[in-house]
Amino acid sequence: MQPSGIRKFFDIVAEMPDAISLGVGEPDFDTPWHIREAGIYSLEKGRTFYTSNAGLMELRKEIAAYYERKHRLTYDPVSETFITVGGSEAIDMALRAMLDPGDEVIIPEPCYVSYVPCARLAGGVPVTIPLKEYNEFRLTPEELEAAITEKTKVLVLAFPNNPTGAIMEEKDLVPIAKICRERDIFVVSDEIYGELTYTGKPHMTIASLPGMQERTIVINGFSKAYAMTGWRLGFAVGPKEIISQMLKLHQYAIMCAPTTSQYAGVEALRNGDEDVAKMREAYNQRRRYLVKELNDMGLHCFEPYGAFYVFPSIQHLGITSDEFATRLLEQEKLAVVPGTAFGDCGEGFLRISYAYSLAELKEALGRIRHFIENNF
Amino acid sequence: MREELLRLIENNSRIELAELATMLGASEAAVANEIAELEKSGVICGYYTLINWDNTDEEKVDALIEVRVNTQRDMGFDSIAERIYKFDEVKTCYLISGAYDFLVMLEGKTMRQVAAFVSNKLSPVEFVTGTATHFILKRYKDFGTVLGEVKKDERERISL
Repeated sequence: MQPSGIRKFFDIVAEMPDAISLGVGEPDFDTPWHIREAGIYSLEKGRTFYTSNAGLMELRKEIAAYYERKHRLTYDPVSETFITVGGSEAIDMALRAMLDPGDEVIIPEPCYVSYVPCARLAGGVPVTIPLKEYNEFRLTPEELEAAITEKTKVLVLAFPNNPTGAIMEEKDLVPIAKICRERDIFVVSDEIYGELTYTGKPHMTIASLPGMQERTIVINGFSKAYAMTGWRLGFAVGPKEIISQMLKLHQYAIMCAPTTSQYAGVEALRNGDEDVAKMREAYNQRRRYLVKELNDMGLHCFEPYGAFYVFPSIQHLGITSDEFATRLLEQEKLAVVPGTAFGDCGEGFLRISYAYSLAELKEALGRIRHFIENNF
Repeated sequence: MREELLRLIENNSRIELAELATMLGASEAAVANEIAELEKSGVICGYYTLINWDNTDEEKVDALIEVRVNTQRDMGFDSIAERIYKFDEVKTCYLISGAYDFLVMLEGKTMRQVAAFVSNKLSPVEFVTGTATHFILKRYKDFGTVLGEVKKDERERISL
């Protein structure tokens, strides 16, 4: 198994003390104080014990209420939800629970780095689909059809997407859902960036399409929406047959998610909508700024409507993503992540995160401009 | 766009017009018009700089003063307030609910100067029945900004 491409890159960055970075995949905001305060209060009250394996019932009820409120989906908090240590644990548990040896998992790339290794660790066979920039990195029904075999069991959908910022809207999801129903394919839908979309319309989950709730595990968490990465708090909702199997693995491997974090999570879901709206607005402003500036300097980027990444193309410059990122780091002491860290089809692209203040983004863009003028 | 623009410049009035336009997804002309409109209609009332005077050599004292008044038929709160806020020394004047009527914020060079203002100017205002002066000892947070706090990026560099 290969070490993550980003990690390798950031080992070099870590040794350059004056380097600045647009590489980080986590919010720059602090967790809102009322959420932190709820965690502190739980500690003061002595709530320092394990919770049940599946997590605090109070939190699972809030999660069910959230899906009811935002997606008109009904999940039974007892049997159809459970709390994980971040979305990343839920990805692992879902694939382990669903895959038999030799089962194929369709994974559209570029994508978050853990799906392929997790599928392998679970005994599955990852089948990747290289998504296309001209489709704005959305998955098309033709691409999906072409990847399906008799062994296909699971499709991993990760939209809004890290690293491309792509989203899938209702019109994109409907034909995908139809294929999944017809070919009896389960979906693991990683919607960790679901609160961060910029079309003016809320994110749609594939689980809300007819006949999909019973074949979809939705993975979500608190890290991106509420700026709670360090709390390690995520969850999965889905059909009880699968959730119960995931829970078995979880109780042996993990016991339960951190209790303090779970209490903070209750507060986040109850009273955090405004915080999310504020952060979303700030991200959106930075996103517009970055897309315009990058396009102005000739780094074409399609308009990403989700997450907090832009994915500009460097294909016209005639060097690889790795070379670009390495030389940018050496010459300008600025770190961006080469697209290849997220799959071979990321060649020719860079991932730039806008989880940075406007002042930092400005400084960084100046360095990129300088770099391009000097080298090309 | 209006509310988003206001939220944006409320915290940073120095963003350049071109950037504002990009960030709001609007044209520069549209943003410039909107700002002019907001200034004209009294929504945007001024642009200030938040200064932590404690970090300068300048001596300043700030005080909060509770003011109780007796309103009369021909002298309501608004008229009395005007008699108070017209003094240059008064930086802020609010009508508030609770045990007293006005909250007045003053700036002076010394405590003595503030005390003199209260006893010679403020208390004698007709209809003022009582005052209580609180000197500010330390400012921790003003206008949403924690003073003296320097934000450092503490995110570790191993992110996926």
